[in-house]
Amino acid sequence: MVAATDTEAPPAAPAKIADAAAQGRDVRNRWLLLMPALLILTFAAVGPLLIVLVYSFLEKGDYGGVIWQFTTEAWFRVVYARDIFDGTVSFADAHISILWRSLSLAFITTVLALIFGLPTAYFIATRPENTRQLWLFLITIPFWTNLLIRTFAIMEMIRNEGIINVVLMGIGLTSEPIQMLYTDFAICLGMLYVFLPLMVLPIYASLEKLDFRLVEAGYDLYANRLQVLWRVILPLAKPGIIAGSILVFIPSIGSYVTPRVLGGGKNMMIGNFIEFQFGQGRNWPLGAALSMVLMAMVMVALLIYVRAVTGKEQARD
Amino acid sequence: MTDAVSHAPGAVSAEPTGRGKKPFLIKKIPGFVTIAILCFILLYFPIATLVLYSFNAGTSIAIWEGFSLRWYQSAWQNEAVIDASIRSLQIASVAATVATIVATMAALATTRRKALKGQTAVFAMINAPLMVPEIVTGIALLIFFAWIKIYSGYTGLAYLIAAHTAFCIPFAYLPIRARLESMDRSLEMAAADLYATPWQAFKRITFPLLWPGIIAGFMLSFVISLDTVVITELVKSAGQDTLPTYMLGQLRRIITPEINAISTVFLVISIIAVTCVFLLSRKKT
Repeated sequence: MVAATDTEAPPAAPAKIADAAAQGRDVRNRWLLLMPALLILTFAAVGPLLIVLVYSFLEKGDYGGVIWQFTTEAWFRVVYARDIFDGTVSFADAHISILWRSLSLAFITTVLALIFGLPTAYFIATRPENTRQLWLFLITIPFWTNLLIRTFAIMEMIRNEGIINVVLMGIGLTSEPIQMLYTDFAICLGMLYVFLPLMVLPIYASLEKLDFRLVEAGYDLYANRLQVLWRVILPLAKPGIIAGSILVFIPSIGSYVTPRVLGGGKNMMIGNFIEFQFGQGRNWPLGAALSMVLMAMVMVALLIYVRAVTGKEQARD
Repeated sequence: MTDAVSHAPGAVSAEPTGRGKKPFLIKKIPGFVTIAILCFILLYFPIATLVLYSFNAGTSIAIWEGFSLRWYQSAWQNEAVIDASIRSLQIASVAATVATIVATMAALATTRRKALKGQTAVFAMINAPLMVPEIVTGIALLIFFAWIKIYSGYTGLAYLIAAHTAFCIPFAYLPIRARLESMDRSLEMAAADLYATPWQAFKRITFPLLWPGIIAGFMLSFVISLDTVVITELVKSAGQDTLPTYMLGQLRRIITPEINAISTVFLVISIIAVTCVFLLSRKKT
């Protein structure tokens, strides 16, 4: 790494040699500056992920933990189940339904966030310039406040004794409280609530630069509002929409607190299922394999994002 | 609703085509303003309700029985709450300080110059905590720290602090880097021309200019550390509850406005910090 000096300049004159040496020192210093951050991240964030990968290929211990013996059983168990008595193999319905439910809840949340987020971002982008910062600030405040507290706030509202049911019963719309808490609706609402800013901000970033003369041109050419939205505004907002969708989808699919608080014990998502395997489930290798499955889903989402962003840049060139 | 946009710049309301007819606004899309307003209400209504009922005199979180501070008092006298709050603040101060220092160094190394070889990998590493699901990081640390606990016998707060520090690094790094990139390098070059040592140039030129970014990074890390619940829940040893894990543990009990009171105090801390960041980031270099 230290040898990574400027290769463009052949060290002909002594001045250039001194230059190259200085540059080498500079590169070394920069790596030294990076070291503490990289060390902390290696030991307390990224490195231990390798342990999880290794654990997914080990045999499970009877009371939790692992036995150091290579096996692909945990990976097999992610989607298949083996009958204990006759060894017949079938699909593990419980696992597949949790994986499927996580994907669909994350997807629904992303779509809802787009439906609410796009108009909000557009609204902010069309405010007078001096008030935009304030509107943006109003979007970011809830985002930086405690996620658990925001989830609590939703929980308190939709409980059977919560304010929504009290009001609904008060005006006589319903005689009994509507069960909203501990349903999939609650989980979606909670995730929408906590991750919505992640949709608004990137869409705003792409709409902020929107040239409204293009919109005007569209109207001049006899487009109606819907056509202008569909053919002019949405294509221009596309990078922001993709970024926002990925940014909402990733934390939604890996969500743990929201399903735990709003879904109760029964309505698990993959994050809760992973934790369950390391707790009462006592199947650490399966939990490790599921973690890797979750990581893979996130990676795929990230790849789509990178593809979409770089593809856009290449198209422009 | 529609009146709200009629004075926006860019409105082409050239000729009044008829009495009472609304001007044609090119920026307007029907329904968008309504959804946006709804969105802001959706964002703030639950928080506002939560804060309001923290002042409720009764034990309900939905039926208003008059103003009182009894739940703040009861939280203040609850030893478990105070204990968890102090622990949260301890962890957050240390983690945010360390994260800000190392993130500043990392930002200095990765901005305003030709990219290092492997800089993309460095970025991926720094941003990993933002991308890897918290539950996966938590499980990984649970296993890793369990090994260390067995071999070293140490079960103190250092594990939580290390985990929080790593998690905070990207949140400190991003505003500091943004600030650095908006700074002009010529000032530091001028200092070098005037025979300042690199350290002098940093202390007298770079650091004072970078200061708002550093404060912003620190505040965001602090807020994020206070917020982190999944990793804390998995990494903590017995008796190391922080405020969020304490609150999570209270879920199974009957919920009283005491939780609202604790939450409100937390919200106030976060909002103050974020407002500071907002004001700092508006200040021009």
